[in-house]
Amino acid sequence: MSGRVLVGVKRVIDYAVKIRVKPDNTGVVTDGVKHSMNPFCEIAVEEAVKLKEKKLVKEVVAVSCGPQQSQETIRTALAMGADRGIHVEVSGNDYETLGPLQVSKIMAALAKKEDAQIIILGKQAIDDDCNQTGQMTAALLDWPQGTFASEVTLDGDKIKVVREIDGGLETIKINTPAVLTADLRLNTPRYATLPNIMKAKKKKIANVKPADLGVNLTSKLEVLRVEDPPQRQAGMKVETVEDLVGKLKELGKV
Amino acid sequence: MWLNLTPSRRLLSLRWSLIQYRNITLENTTRKAAVDKVLSAFRTICGKDNVSLGEAVREQHGKDESVHRCRPPDVVVFPRCVEEVSALAKVCHDHNLPIIPFGTGTGLEGGVGAVKGGVCFSLRNMDQILDLHPEDFDVTVEPGVTRKALNAYLRDTGLWFPVDPGADASLCGMAATSASGTNAVRYGTMRENVMNLEVVLSNGTVIHTAGKGRRPRKTSAGYNLTNLFVGSEGTLGIITKTTLRLYGVPEAMVSAVCSFPSVQAAVDSTVQILQTGVPIARIEFLDDVMIDACNKFSSLSYPVTPTLFLEFHGSERSLEEQVSTAEEITQSNEGSDFQWARDAETRNRLWKARHDAWYAAQALRPGCKAYSTDVCVPLSQLPQIIVETKKDLLESRLTGPIAGHVGDGNFHCLMVVDPNDPDELHQVHLFTERLARRALAMDGTCTGEHGVGLGKRALLCEEVGPLAIHVMQGLKDSLDPRNLMNPGKILQRGEL
Repeated sequence: MSGRVLVGVKRVIDYAVKIRVKPDNTGVVTDGVKHSMNPFCEIAVEEAVKLKEKKLVKEVVAVSCGPQQSQETIRTALAMGADRGIHVEVSGNDYETLGPLQVSKIMAALAKKEDAQIIILGKQAIDDDCNQTGQMTAALLDWPQGTFASEVTLDGDKIKVVREIDGGLETIKINTPAVLTADLRLNTPRYATLPNIMKAKKKKIANVKPADLGVNLTSKLEVLRVEDPPQRQAGMKVETVEDLVGKLKELGKV
Repeated sequence: MWLNLTPSRRLLSLRWSLIQYRNITLENTTRKAAVDKVLSAFRTICGKDNVSLGEAVREQHGKDESVHRCRPPDVVVFPRCVEEVSALAKVCHDHNLPIIPFGTGTGLEGGVGAVKGGVCFSLRNMDQILDLHPEDFDVTVEPGVTRKALNAYLRDTGLWFPVDPGADASLCGMAATSASGTNAVRYGTMRENVMNLEVVLSNGTVIHTAGKGRRPRKTSAGYNLTNLFVGSEGTLGIITKTTLRLYGVPEAMVSAVCSFPSVQAAVDSTVQILQTGVPIARIEFLDDVMIDACNKFSSLSYPVTPTLFLEFHGSERSLEEQVSTAEEITQSNEGSDFQWARDAETRNRLWKARHDAWYAAQALRPGCKAYSTDVCVPLSQLPQIIVETKKDLLESRLTGPIAGHVGDGNFHCLMVVDPNDPDELHQVHLFTERLARRALAMDGTCTGEHGVGLGKRALLCEEVGPLAIHVMQGLKDSLDPRNLMNPGKILQRGEL
């Protein structure tokens, strides 16, 4: 058992930024906009680092797929306690069309190459809300998956996962190696401290190309148009309940 | 009172009131006419969507979180940049309209009430974080940026802004009220952490108190204008940018709770911990009434006696040292064993009790409102003033759980009062005056962190004395000769 955990981290537009749609409706404005690590990826990194602190795993490797700037995101993961990073270089048009299918192929290839025992990802990214990468990665590797995890306990060569589902909480036990995706209540991610940021500068980030992993990045999806949600219309005030019912009937709602 | 006067005196008094009433009505009419004239100028400057006469909007901008009643302005404007603020101020100045700056409305002393009507400048649209310099530990922010928003923005840099007054307040608003908070004992208040301000004066002039863009860590250049405006509560100018001092996020934090058999023991421990030089980050005191309220509100089971909540920041090794020194001291004062918390989740749970104190106090008497007193005395006087205050509360039969930043000698009585009972309100008012005077008698201040606002103007006079007040009035007259900047706050102006 390698005791190695692979954590995927995605560089996204910071959650506090007001998103603006590009005038040509092909996407959102990203130039000059603050980017940071996807919040669910932060939770994933925190969980991996906690496992290492409890001495249940030996090494935490942070992985990010994207252009040069993705290295900043990996550095943040290193400052939180990851041991080393892997930057899978994807830029230009390939980056525009990079989606869960491509990333999960990359993660699967890396998992085999690095002999990973556990893969932890955020449950979804806040820019596309896909919630697919974890599940696809598990399927490609034919590994069990514990998604929407709000509690993770290692138990010998099995993992007990408490999952947040619609009806409440579901507890499952899965074999390792396995893929986990982190939900909001799994933990509270630590802030990167200055000494740790300085130490992180010395940790290694390896550069890898998707072709080196034998991964084809072609996407079968094409974004046709991106639009703002419709503007909220002014409301109408009525005097009586009869008026209200009348108006609703007029609009064909009743 | 009126019935005690002789008939001729009564007549004079009545005539005087009528003249007052007529003057105020005349003032109101003149002002309303002026407002109508300026509306189109306002709309041209900041766009018609950013000028509001709506009743709900005005009411929202006429009150804060104090018990002072809402005093809505005549109009609310929402400028988007300092140029718009300056242009709007110039218009107000030309028409003698009061200007009231508004951040997040989380103040506790009625500072945003438009007592003479006028124009509220709501600065929430100016929400940019500008010029972060991580290597220099400084950042400049606009008034729409709150402290939580700044700390979220900084989370990847290893830096934070530690001044924490509880509410998620505007940082420029915090500068205007010289805010402080639970970790002032280690990191200081706004006074120590504001390096530069961009301020728009009542006539529209824009100044930079330390020079445009300047951010040296220290300076001896000229009069300290920056600290003149810090704590000026909108009475000298509108703060449109503040440059703040940042700190490194602590490597590790440990929180602990310790119960004591008496107030004296808890406060003695505080004083001794500080005297041994432990760089404690937070040291909060809750009295038995407060702990009881918290237990009930948050379903906890702390022992119902005076309690200290402590927090230590530092590297792993320095924490061990700090904690062991603190524990020795508390145990020598008959304190209980420490209840510990290291990781973020447990620490948050531990502190939830303290953070929910406001709501816990209000829950003691549903339907009532809470008013927080705010005195600060030299540390050595703390045991005496808390003991005397508790005695006063008992004798006056008032509900006033005590919570405080004892590390600074600052504590709050959360007076829970029925807002519809004028008698009780009066009793609370008298109690708070007694408390403030008690603090003044012990070389302290009538307001440790909330500001003077509407309610403490008379106490300010007692605190600094007439000569200093005269100097303050001189500064006010020089910077704002027409008394347009947030009238009715901090200084009394020959009012009756």
